[in-house]
Amino acid sequence: MSLLQVDNVSKTFRGLKAVDDVSFTVEEGSILGIIGPNGAGKTTLFNCIAGAIAPDTGTVRLSGTDVTGAAPHKVSKAGMARTFQLMKPFGSMSVLENVAVAAMAHGTSRRAATDAAADVVERVGLSRWRDARADGLPTAGLKRLELARALASRPRVLLLDEVLAGLLPAERLPVMDLLETLRSQDGVTLVFVEHIMAAVMRLSDSVLVLEQGRVLTAGSPAEVTRDPRVIEAYLGEEPAGAGS
Amino acid sequence: MSTAVQSSEEPRALPRPPWGRHLAAVAVLAVLLALLPLVLAPAQQAVAVRVLIFALLALGWNIMSGFGGMFSFGHAAYFGIGAYVSVWLLVERGVSPWIGMLAGMVAAALFAALIGFLALRYRLKGAYFALSTFAFAEMLRLLATNSDLVNRAVGYNVPLRGESSWAFIQFEPGAAEYLWIALALTVAALVVTIVFLRSRLGRFTVAVRDDEDAAAALGIPVMRTKLLTIMLSAAITSVAGTFYVQYYFFVDPDVAFGSSVSIQAILPAVIGGVATIWGPVIGAAILGPLNDLTATLLRDPPPGLEFLQGRAGLDVMVYAVLLILIVLLLPQGVYGAIRERWERR
Repeated sequence: MSLLQVDNVSKTFRGLKAVDDVSFTVEEGSILGIIGPNGAGKTTLFNCIAGAIAPDTGTVRLSGTDVTGAAPHKVSKAGMARTFQLMKPFGSMSVLENVAVAAMAHGTSRRAATDAAADVVERVGLSRWRDARADGLPTAGLKRLELARALASRPRVLLLDEVLAGLLPAERLPVMDLLETLRSQDGVTLVFVEHIMAAVMRLSDSVLVLEQGRVLTAGSPAEVTRDPRVIEAYLGEEPAGAGS
Repeated sequence: MSTAVQSSEEPRALPRPPWGRHLAAVAVLAVLLALLPLVLAPAQQAVAVRVLIFALLALGWNIMSGFGGMFSFGHAAYFGIGAYVSVWLLVERGVSPWIGMLAGMVAAALFAALIGFLALRYRLKGAYFALSTFAFAEMLRLLATNSDLVNRAVGYNVPLRGESSWAFIQFEPGAAEYLWIALALTVAALVVTIVFLRSRLGRFTVAVRDDEDAAAALGIPVMRTKLLTIMLSAAITSVAGTFYVQYYFFVDPDVAFGSSVSIQAILPAVIGGVATIWGPVIGAAILGPLNDLTATLLRDPPPGLEFLQGRAGLDVMVYAVLLILIVLLLPQGVYGAIRERWERR
């Protein structure tokens, strides 16, 4: 049984098919990269999976349990965490409090949550900013905070929406290292949307290509980047490896 | 991963929440204020009690609208429920106002849960949410005005017992006991605020206020968090209503549910500092004496200001001017401004 199973999910906004009959599965402990041009429906797909919006049709299963259309906090309790492309910090709280509140939401006591948060903050490299107000962080810090909060909820599946975008190339490497450790040491299953092809190529076990809401193709990173349709639809727009 | 975030500017560090120090400050304040009856003239003591009633009202409002970010323009509803439930039980059933206070808190919390649920269920936000709270308070005012159950527009006078009684919160006019009770209730509300803020519910509430979507995605039950916060807020404000009736011996629908009550729940918090522990108390300490001053000016104007004699509404004008000044000069309120200056040193 796959850990995450998405079947025939569709979502239409005012006549526009943002997500059109998308299906895929993710095995436990693997990393799936999702790529596609802007407006391909990647974030909408994430929203459908994480419960932020209910899909019009289709089902989402997390280790066999149907979580289609469940409230976001219930999906989170079921073991799925997500980050937001447009960062959403709890601005009035410190970085540590931001992360601790996520741990608390998953049943950890206040004291244990603070300890756990301190570990996670250290792990994502935010220690220096631990006690800073979250709304004072620069983009790179906010991206890491998104990741830290999601990790503090101890997910089995982590959905990452462009965690590398907005980071300097030198800042990307440690984040990519962290993601690999999450899989290898913590056994977290990762699904990530990313524009930076170098990261997709390095991290993904398999890649899903979306175009205009539909699955264009799927396969190993090497297969996908050789596919002429992908080159035309996506990679052709910019030089391959754009942004890396 | 060792590389730290690269950036030239360093954001200001937040002080660790000094819960213990806040609690200690509450204790010191309680002891100092408890000694007030020794030094205050009866008229001044009445002002002190008024300050404490303002503070209680606003401490309740601050939980929901300050820390919870859900702007209420209808806290008169909860003040009025606290007043009416307790006075009805007292007059019609002979029940002690202490028990009436608890009943009022429960009733206010339940009513708050109902209107909170309706407003949130239909996703009212911002001004629309505030207007819905106002509408529910007005609804209660009209219900009280037209219901025989609570004497319509006449309201209630608290029956005089002719003897001091702790059980029935009735003492000689100007007795120190009134101040002590008001003080104890305010201190309790302050302690509840501090405990709430450091609790799981309090952390969730601030998270939901700062970003609802992120809070939900992290596993925080948004609706339940909001409703519990609104209920706590309503219960605290209802206590002010119960005490008010016992202290002034009188309540009618306008006194209990009028929109000026809702404004008096908002103003101390805004003036002192919204979403701060001490803001409502500091704001009340400014507003209470001001309220008394304007009332005195209208009743007994000094030479040269005789035209004020008997005119109403001066207090509202003074509030308006004060509010404009605060919003312009100290947008974070008096306490917020002091704290900021302190942290910058």
